[in-house]
Amino acid sequence: MGDDAMSRPLKRSNAPIFWGLFGAGGMLAALLGPMLVFITGIAAPLGFILAPDAMSYANMMAFTGHWLGKAFVFAIVPLFLWHAGHRVFHSLHDVGIHAGMVARLVCYGGALLGTLIVAWALLLIGF
Amino acid sequence: MARTITMEVLRYRPEQDAGPVFQTYEVPFTDDMSVLQGLLHIKDELDETLSFRWSCRMAICGSCGMMINGKPALSCKTFLRDLAPGPVRIEALNHFPIERDLVVVMEDFIDKLERIQPYIIPKEPRTLEQGEYLQTPAQLEKYEQFSSCINCLLCYAACPQYGLNPDFVGPGALALLHRYNADSRDGGAAQRMELVAAEEGVFNCTAVGYCSEVCPKHVDPANAVNQNKTTAAADYFLGFLKPKGSRT
Repeated sequence: MGDDAMSRPLKRSNAPIFWGLFGAGGMLAALLGPMLVFITGIAAPLGFILAPDAMSYANMMAFTGHWLGKAFVFAIVPLFLWHAGHRVFHSLHDVGIHAGMVARLVCYGGALLGTLIVAWALLLIGF
Repeated sequence: MARTITMEVLRYRPEQDAGPVFQTYEVPFTDDMSVLQGLLHIKDELDETLSFRWSCRMAICGSCGMMINGKPALSCKTFLRDLAPGPVRIEALNHFPIERDLVVVMEDFIDKLERIQPYIIPKEPRTLEQGEYLQTPAQLEKYEQFSSCINCLLCYAACPQYGLNPDFVGPGALALLHRYNADSRDGGAAQRMELVAAEEGVFNCTAVGYCSEVCPKHVDPANAVNQNKTTAAADYFLGFLKPKGSRT
């Protein structure tokens, strides 16, 4: 018995990359998510607490024009996407859908695509 | 007159049953009777062919784990009075092949237990003359709860990830692995890392936490597994900083 299993070669998991992005996104989502939903979904569009033009096109361009604004958007959007991708991937596995290469490509590929789009859009705005 | 309770017990006798089937027994019980005592009543008085594992009757030996009304529990630690009026549904532990009736095949776990190197690998060898390894209460506290595991397998029956992928080392064995890693006398963490960080290792866990909930000895396997995710991730990324060839 034992000998067979003991000598089975172990392959190092590359999960730390995805788990790290998932963890970072989860931390930001927990800390900032509700506030962002409130600002972008309620406060800004209804002009409640915030000024009605708080998230106007001009203001947002100015926000993302600054390197700090860029850093914020680049941290928030891609990390939220990586968090969601990882969560969806593992939930598929939980509900019995075989989470193979296709699911991996859709979940993590989606997050990677989102990351590239955000990077591209931020670069287009320029410094 | 004694009260009775209906016990629906999963039977599987490979020589006569095509698959597992339920058999129903009417069992008289008193307030002090455990589910295990109910099964012993069946075995002694009603049907001697019923098979199940048991030994100590006091939640020490870890033999009598089974599914009781769908939840993993020790039958010696679960009382019939709490399940009245019944019926009580008793099945073999989830996620394990059934050998016979309520007896499961546990080779897979024994195998995993060997792989975690469940013994102290001394940090510094000491001779007899040097005396014992000393440990402070704070150092003891770091691993003490993880040393309470009685290998009853309830956490494996509770773990959805082990159910989906039996290659996963699983909650119980990883909690024991952590028990040795967290011991101040032990220096084996680096050599256990290969298994922790492997595809069979900690990253199979999705932090469901049911393992810790069902543990009859208040071990917290979910905590052990997730602490080791952090150490495995640190080891993974710090490994890139080490000189070539020194990586394990």
